[in-house]
Amino acid sequence: MVKPELENKELFKSGHTACAGCGVAVGLRHIMRALGKDTIVVNATGCTEIFTSAYPKSAWAVPYIHCVFENSAPVAAGISEALRAMGNDHTKVVVISGDGASYDIGFGHMSGMFERGHDVLYICYDNEAYMNTGVQRSGATPWKAHTTTSQVGKQIRGKMQFKKPLTEIVAAHNVPYVATSTSAHYADLQQKVQKAKEIKGPSFLNVLMTCVPGWGTTPSLSMQYLKDAVDTHVWPLMEIENGFSKLSMKPEKKPVEAYLKGQKRFRHLTEEDIAEIQEMIDERWDHWVWKEKVDQERKAGLEASE
Amino acid sequence: MKPANGKPGTSMENKTGNWRSERPEVDQSKCIKCGQCQLNCPDGCIFVTEKGAEPNYDYCKGCGICANVCPVKCIKMVPEEK
Repeated sequence: MVKPELENKELFKSGHTACAGCGVAVGLRHIMRALGKDTIVVNATGCTEIFTSAYPKSAWAVPYIHCVFENSAPVAAGISEALRAMGNDHTKVVVISGDGASYDIGFGHMSGMFERGHDVLYICYDNEAYMNTGVQRSGATPWKAHTTTSQVGKQIRGKMQFKKPLTEIVAAHNVPYVATSTSAHYADLQQKVQKAKEIKGPSFLNVLMTCVPGWGTTPSLSMQYLKDAVDTHVWPLMEIENGFSKLSMKPEKKPVEAYLKGQKRFRHLTEEDIAEIQEMIDERWDHWVWKEKVDQERKAGLEASE
Repeated sequence: MKPANGKPGTSMENKTGNWRSERPEVDQSKCIKCGQCQLNCPDGCIFVTEKGAEPNYDYCKGCGICANVCPVKCIKMVPEEK
């Protein structure tokens, strides 16, 4: 008999079958805590579907629907329109999809949903490859990372292409609220989910989460890698509200080795590779700092003229 | 026949604790009850009670995140022996 104070009263229950140290499970707990009970979860195929809804059990204490890889955005759009027709203006429809479903397979449908402007919060949990089927490369896999379909040999050393800038692509749809976060920055993540929940219309969150077998990391360090991803500027935490971007955190820069070391998918990197990655990251970070400055000046100017 | 299809929260029947090779042990005299372990646990199975942090071994998979995020390092991972 379990003690009452050791009972899980959250909306995302224990007993799911995620790997030990799963970053996605941590993130889903934070997301569900911020969303509350009045939520309908639409979940595309991916790790989340597999580990939370192994038949006949479910880890969700809210209404939950699973749909095929590409379909989560249209299904959510349909639910939100049905709720509107029924006069329900309080239940929030939330899509939870992996990077495979958002960056690649469901991309067109997601784009359509944002263009039509349905009242849906789309959360992409980005663990940077198709982890559920055994680590295949996706549009989200970073440059030079090893996956089973971007092998490391003499000629080709990991993924040859760069990561797709999905956050910016979604922001270009004129979505009112776009943000990035990670599952280790729980205050930041919960704040952003709550903010997105209040918006009537589409909103998008891109959340970086670790994958222990896919990244080849130690389970106990799952949260540390995500903190390092932010501290090394690999994954800037930001918000783009009505087109005005703002960095949520400007940490003192750590060298990128702090993030890359210890991850098996990056163990083949040479010093030149790391120097090149560092250069790319610095360039991206400078771009975001510059963009924030321009956007905030423009916003202040618009507010002054009103 | 009763339909078995996914009732909310039925995953609680899966006792994932038997996956574990190491278990977290808390020195409750050192615990400052900050709640970092409770927040960062992927399985939602360590809780801050009046005495301090206390794991629920029914679900703990032994990943060790709690021991890693603990600011006062009062959680130790101990190998499970049978």
